[in-house]
Amino acid sequence: MIRFVCLLLVLVLRSGLAQWGGELRLNVRSEPRTLHPALADDDASEMIRYLTGGVLVRVNRITQQAEPSLASSWRVLDGGRAIRFQLREKLQFSDGTPFTSDDVVYTIETIMNPDLHSPVGDSFRMGGRVQATADGPLSVVVRFPEPLAGGPALFDQVAIMSRKAPAKEAAVLGPFYIAGRKAGAWVRLERNLKYWKVYAGRRLPYLDAIQLDIQPSRDAEFLRFRRGELHMLPALEPEQFDELSKTGAGLVRDAGSTLANEFLWFNMAPAAPLPAYKKAWFASKNFRRAVSSAIRREDLCTVVFRGHAVPAVGPFPPVNRFWFNSKLKAPSFDLDAARRFLAQDGFSASGGVLRDCDNHPVEFSVVSNAGNKSRERMAAMIQQDLAAIGIRLNIVTLDFPSLLDRISKSQQYESCLLGLNNVDLDPDGQMNFWLSSSAQHCWNPRQTTPATPWEAEIDRLMREQAGQPDARRRKALFDRVQEIVWDQTPVIYLVNRNALVAVAPGLRNVQPAVLDPRLVWNIDQIHFALQK
Amino acid sequence: MIRRAAKWILAALFILMLGAGLFAPYGYEAQSRQEIASPPSRTHWLGTDALGRDRYSRLLYGGRVSILLAPAASIVSVLLALIMGVGAALAGGAAQRAATTVIDLALSLPWLFLLLAVRATLPLNLPPICSIAVTFALLGLLGWPGPARVLLAAARRQLGSDYILFARASGAASWPLAARHLAPNLAPVVLAQFWTTTPAYLLAEANLSLLGLGVSEPLPSWGNLLRELQNITALPHQPWVAVPLLLLIAALSCCQLAQPPREFSI
Repeated sequence: MIRFVCLLLVLVLRSGLAQWGGELRLNVRSEPRTLHPALADDDASEMIRYLTGGVLVRVNRITQQAEPSLASSWRVLDGGRAIRFQLREKLQFSDGTPFTSDDVVYTIETIMNPDLHSPVGDSFRMGGRVQATADGPLSVVVRFPEPLAGGPALFDQVAIMSRKAPAKEAAVLGPFYIAGRKAGAWVRLERNLKYWKVYAGRRLPYLDAIQLDIQPSRDAEFLRFRRGELHMLPALEPEQFDELSKTGAGLVRDAGSTLANEFLWFNMAPAAPLPAYKKAWFASKNFRRAVSSAIRREDLCTVVFRGHAVPAVGPFPPVNRFWFNSKLKAPSFDLDAARRFLAQDGFSASGGVLRDCDNHPVEFSVVSNAGNKSRERMAAMIQQDLAAIGIRLNIVTLDFPSLLDRISKSQQYESCLLGLNNVDLDPDGQMNFWLSSSAQHCWNPRQTTPATPWEAEIDRLMREQAGQPDARRRKALFDRVQEIVWDQTPVIYLVNRNALVAVAPGLRNVQPAVLDPRLVWNIDQIHFALQK
Repeated sequence: MIRRAAKWILAALFILMLGAGLFAPYGYEAQSRQEIASPPSRTHWLGTDALGRDRYSRLLYGGRVSILLAPAASIVSVLLALIMGVGAALAGGAAQRAATTVIDLALSLPWLFLLLAVRATLPLNLPPICSIAVTFALLGLLGWPGPARVLLAAARRQLGSDYILFARASGAASWPLAARHLAPNLAPVVLAQFWTTTPAYLLAEANLSLLGLGVSEPLPSWGNLLRELQNITALPHQPWVAVPLLLLIAALSCCQLAQPPREFSI
């Protein structure tokens, strides 16, 4: 009884201390390409989907575990080939339409529709048809052609749509709905009065509205935060972090290493319009390992990222506790090893210039996206590092559309420095990157048959782990993938940058996470401090 | 006295910039990774940048690029504008209306896309100095419409003045008239256009760097040194970062002062 009274007291006090209402002002760096939850594939669209969409299962960004959301429980059946979701009762979409298992069936049908090309559906495509069947109004069974390795956590990105709601995709089950939008300027979200979560007798979320301003400039975003016009900055530059730490304009936090990688790769596509001798360099494992060994990753971390980054080892950083292969270490800076690798391929240096066995001076360009200070600085440092072994590196920064055109279509580039922001803890999320047949297999995309034995081996391992329900077996298979990548170095992993965030002093319950969306993953819990 | 001082300052600046190889204590690309973003000291008079490169050395080398190329691009623009403006004013009638339409059309076109398209076609292994030369050449070739409009208006005013009417009545032909009488009276306008387009091109180069069309690493220019001023909130803590801007203002002011005073005879 006493315990119950204490609990009640705590609840009353907590609800009393929370400020209900208020408008949260955030910034997104680009116009959302779509507001259709099944088509979201850019950061802004995904952010809006997260804030508005209701999902069956939500991954807790701190514990990295799947938690019940619209589904109160679930059961994995037939060795991972099916999942039965038990839905919560008496839920409604934002327009008042009741939520039933038929809406889940409709959503699965929509994302698996081949005409729609839904990026969310890609996570579920595995050579067969995914089918959802309603088993009563509050139970639904989703069947897969092969065991679903990622498990229920994959449903974290599937925002449920209504089959019957007159408002179609605009009817949502998440904490907010889209109330307005001005192209190129802002998107306004307002509280969903039908949201299912309740706290202390009141319907969450605490906030009345979220104003998402569209501002591509990081500097302008920073200035606006300092002026108090924005409440959160989810990705600070290291200099901005240091500056805010000194001035105390907000609560800044280094949330630790993210899943985001910065890396460099060489163009190994046979059809690339490059001289044959350069193709031979890039295809050589020794050449790639020599370049990797000549780069001082520690310096990249301390100089470019002011210590807010760690040298990268491979596809996943140690923060991905389960999937990271702890036997591997980041390649160390070793000029002697670099020279040894080069000598094995007949390269020799004279007068500070490295030449291949046909006496071609070793010179190549690296392309990167213009306007990204960190990448421009990394490129300048790598340029100096490679000069130590006689390689001349030319840095070319291009606007992003031109860059994408070169690396994904025309193949008119020699090497590329970019980053990959992994949003998924599971290696299945990187399937597109590793399969040799994929368009995102950056160094040699869209191969009809694997160009090298080790790529064939990666293909086999990735497919095998995806169809393997046993987590330990999957881990062993993906460990082998990481070892092959470490040995062959098709991608030279450089650093994993830390999540540097800033939050306005008046906000409460913000729990920075390294997974996206870093600061608003628990948006229904976030509120302003009680005003006196 | 002031004009003489301005000339000396300008001369000193030019000598410093052009002789950067002699006067700069470090190479513009030399990184000292233990001294990143350090304040001014005996070893680094203007401190170091985010990669530990000596700011003073980069200022000198950057000045060499900017001081030579921005005025060169400006000369190209103003020359094209002069030909277009004066030619149209002299021709008059339909030719003048056609020229005005062409100028208006050129002003309204989004040249940025042309610049992007040109950058996309340049070879990736082009040395940075060639890349920046192409950039300034493009700026010079595309920057004529604004000055052309001003010069066309000025030339029309001059052509309607009494002394021109008198010269024409005396039998002066169009081009000698332009060379002997019109040009000296248009000179102040031409110079004004030159002085306004030069800093505009310096800043345009800085902005184009964001699109990958400006100076690429590690080559410095005043344009990309000015990019550090984007974070204006850091300026009170690192006032020395503003030196390129002050130097630019000083150089342009000295250029203005160094000119002999001219009176408009319009």
